[in-house]
Amino acid sequence: MSAVAEIDGAATATVHARRTAVERKMMRRGFLFVAPAVLLLLAIYVIPVIVLAGFSVTDYQLGALSTRFVGIDNFVNAFNDQVFMRAMKNTVIYALIVIPLGVGLALGVALLVHGRKRSRAFWEAAYFLPVTATLVAMATVWQFLLHPSIGPVNAAIKWMGFEPVSFLSDPSLLIPTMAMIGVWQVLGFNMVLFLAGLTAIPQDLYEAARLDGAKNPIDRFFTVTWPMLGPTTLFVVVTTSISAFKVFETVAVLTKGRFGSEVLLFSLYLEGFEYSNTGYAAALTLIFLAIILVLSIGQTVHLDRKVHY
Amino acid sequence: MSRLRSFLPHLVLAAGAFVVLLPFYWMFLTSIRSPAEIFDVSLWPIPKDFSAGENFERAARQVPMARFMLNGAIVCFGILAVQILTAVPAAYALAKLKFPGRKLLLTLVIAALCVPMQALALPLFVGLARAELLNTYFAMMAPFFLSVFAIFLFHQSFRSYPDEIIEAARMDGFSEMEICWGLVLRGSLPSLAAFSVFSLVAHWNDLYWPMIVVTDINLAPPPLGMLFFADVESGANYGALMAGAALITAPMLVCFLLARRHFIAGITMTGVK
Amino acid sequence: MTRQSLDIKGIGKAFGGDDVLKGIDISVRAGEFISLVGMSGCGKSTLLRIIAGLERPDRGQIMIGDTDVTGMDPSDRNLAMVFQSYALYPHMTVRDNIATPLRMRKLSLSARMPLVGRFAASADALKDIDTNVVKAAETLQIAHLLDRKPAQLSGGQRQRVALARALVRSPAAFLMDEPLSNLDAKLRAHMRDELANLHRRLGATFVYVTHDQVEAMTMSNRIALMSEGRIEQLGTPSDLYQRPANLTVARFIGSPAINLIPVEIATNGAIGAYGRDLGIAAARSHAGQVATLGIRAEDLVPAARGLQVQVERIEMHGADRFVHASLVADASHQVTMRLAASEALPSGDDGILTLGFRADRTHLFAADGQRMAEPSRRELVA
Repeated sequence: MSAVAEIDGAATATVHARRTAVERKMMRRGFLFVAPAVLLLLAIYVIPVIVLAGFSVTDYQLGALSTRFVGIDNFVNAFNDQVFMRAMKNTVIYALIVIPLGVGLALGVALLVHGRKRSRAFWEAAYFLPVTATLVAMATVWQFLLHPSIGPVNAAIKWMGFEPVSFLSDPSLLIPTMAMIGVWQVLGFNMVLFLAGLTAIPQDLYEAARLDGAKNPIDRFFTVTWPMLGPTTLFVVVTTSISAFKVFETVAVLTKGRFGSEVLLFSLYLEGFEYSNTGYAAALTLIFLAIILVLSIGQTVHLDRKVHY
Repeated sequence: MSRLRSFLPHLVLAAGAFVVLLPFYWMFLTSIRSPAEIFDVSLWPIPKDFSAGENFERAARQVPMARFMLNGAIVCFGILAVQILTAVPAAYALAKLKFPGRKLLLTLVIAALCVPMQALALPLFVGLARAELLNTYFAMMAPFFLSVFAIFLFHQSFRSYPDEIIEAARMDGFSEMEICWGLVLRGSLPSLAAFSVFSLVAHWNDLYWPMIVVTDINLAPPPLGMLFFADVESGANYGALMAGAALITAPMLVCFLLARRHFIAGITMTGVK
Repeated sequence: MTRQSLDIKGIGKAFGGDDVLKGIDISVRAGEFISLVGMSGCGKSTLLRIIAGLERPDRGQIMIGDTDVTGMDPSDRNLAMVFQSYALYPHMTVRDNIATPLRMRKLSLSARMPLVGRFAASADALKDIDTNVVKAAETLQIAHLLDRKPAQLSGGQRQRVALARALVRSPAAFLMDEPLSNLDAKLRAHMRDELANLHRRLGATFVYVTHDQVEAMTMSNRIALMSEGRIEQLGTPSDLYQRPANLTVARFIGSPAINLIPVEIATNGAIGAYGRDLGIAAARSHAGQVATLGIRAEDLVPAARGLQVQVERIEMHGADRFVHASLVADASHQVTMRLAASEALPSGDDGILTLGFRADRTHLFAADGQRMAEPSRRELVA
């Protein structure tokens, strides 16, 4: 009896040893497989973020001989910096135009496109084209289109009997003009997200709503479509606001950030890479990062939820 | 009345599409018109004086257009290759292997998803400047060698691969690398295709980073090249300028029109997947 | 109760050249529970959707009471439908789900709008709606679930919410599209009882689509058995079971499935199978035809003379046993006999058994599948 028990015990021990050997092998493989990614993650994300935070409390300038610790001076300066505050305000105005129009129009187009059967692919492609196009090149085209004397847009305005509008020279029109281009670019992207959301709504619900007496399309929209699109809409608003806060190309091409068109990312670019005020730019970058992170929380929650379901 | 009703959506969509497509049409039209017709604001598609050749030639002569395109291709494919090489094994390990720190790494990846490249540009630039690597292809590609989005996406897709097949493959003597690249990745080809489109489009169109690390016009990728070109022409010759813009947007537009489904899936995957 | 009769007249429908419905006529009496039953693809769901107004028929007419509703919008027909998926609004509480049909009818468009609506709605109307919602919920014993969302409910509870949403507004008729098919077997049996009770209590008109003959048999006043876009037979459950109009009906109704044996009818009307006289006779007019003889499992009994079978397997079902056997004359042909558990099985050591039956319990089908006159008993000529 006891001999059997001993043999049993020995067997379990070897099984146990073997299992840990297998586990150790798997661990080694795991480390090996993630090693390049981990090294890059450190080099591209972790260390730069730490360095960035370090820069932000110094007066470091690229190429300068001495560097001083300045505490939160850079942040204080940022909030007293008229140019930066103007950039902040302009970016917010830009976002406040792009978000409602970019989301609302995209929803409208998606609802119309969703109802088409044979022509759906055509409309989808037409509205999505600006998303793929190189924005720098297209901004140049817009510059031409909006030209006060030789652009067709102003020609049309004049033909209708109005005064030509100097979209790209009147400082108060710069941000709205660029916001319109922003809407033009983001529309197709958002439309596709909404189309995916619409396709996911079960047809049954519309039928149930019709039998429940929702004869009016407005009723069906508010009973079924709008609430079922809730998560999609939230996500679209978040991605649109993030991309609005990252507006850069149109400014770089159309105005080079001149008065009236200062935006967050372009000011950051100027301070950090044109004027080499690295320390100050680092502080601005952290402010920019904080805004993006707050906006991203919604996006990550969305992505994360997809992990669990 | 009912006929009007069924036409109304098409009418509204057509009006919207007119505005959306106008820049593309205008770009194309101007690029084949002679500079003398610059004041012609009609949308009539046939120019009085067909000067496409002249315009495109001028665009190519003023700046090295072909060079821009080549730079763009080198940078985009270089980035994509390294991204796939690093992200696939990492995603496989995260999805299918057990090792300490797995949870932490996954959390880091998700956290990194929220950090835009523009926020990292400053320290990366300083680092590359210190290493005297500015104005190189390496500088243009390096920050994008790791795509946390690719890791996240492949992790999602690999997780659904059945464990039994992996165990059976191990027993049959496949190496872990063969399992990762030959079996598991093959099961996720749609994700790979979509990510490739996503990455190529994003980097072909990116201006911010090249503008920071490249001052040598011979290294400029298309968007930066376009910016140089616009500065050189500074509104003098719209025909050539539009020809340049057409050249730079053409590769992506043509690919989009050829593989519409893949493009839409790839570019919007951040949202739909 | 505003129950109404329902007349389906000559309904035809084709999808892309495929005739899905080929002229359906059913007259549903007010307060009747009628089942549309058949295999998937037989057109029963399409017919239900045409009654609801979700599909337009190519021809024919739908009447509710004395009103022709053929061209009417579903929302104007005053019909309630319970969907297979229940189609509950996932973002609404149970209370709001049940209230939706009332809100649509009793509140103005402005009062139905989100957020601003509640200021435009009259307090009386809202109170009236809530009273009705609670009453419907109590009828289905879900009053305690009113503030939950559908995702927090079990399958059976969702089913009840869907029913409550249907009955809250006293519709002209209830339409149900396989409402029990997403439930597990035990719950399905339970909900079958409840539905039958609900029908009795409300006295309402029910049109019930199912592919499950047990549901149709247990709950309906009448069954319309459909196949390939036609009605094969319309009658009471016992009609369909005891006098199937054709082979399709005979095969579909009954569990275990009816035994079908190929037979020949001799010139004198005697019916024989595999060269053996079965002791029954068909009408003289059928002489010389080939036909199919249908016998239910419970109508086969061990006897001294009749069909010889080889017993293969005995299934115990508690109160009774199913004896699966093959014909001695054709081993590939299976028959099933149903015996009470207490009844002994008088088979020899070799497992060979002789089965007899009563002539008036058999069904004879012609080569085209249609039912023939009932066979009569005749003396066997040994």
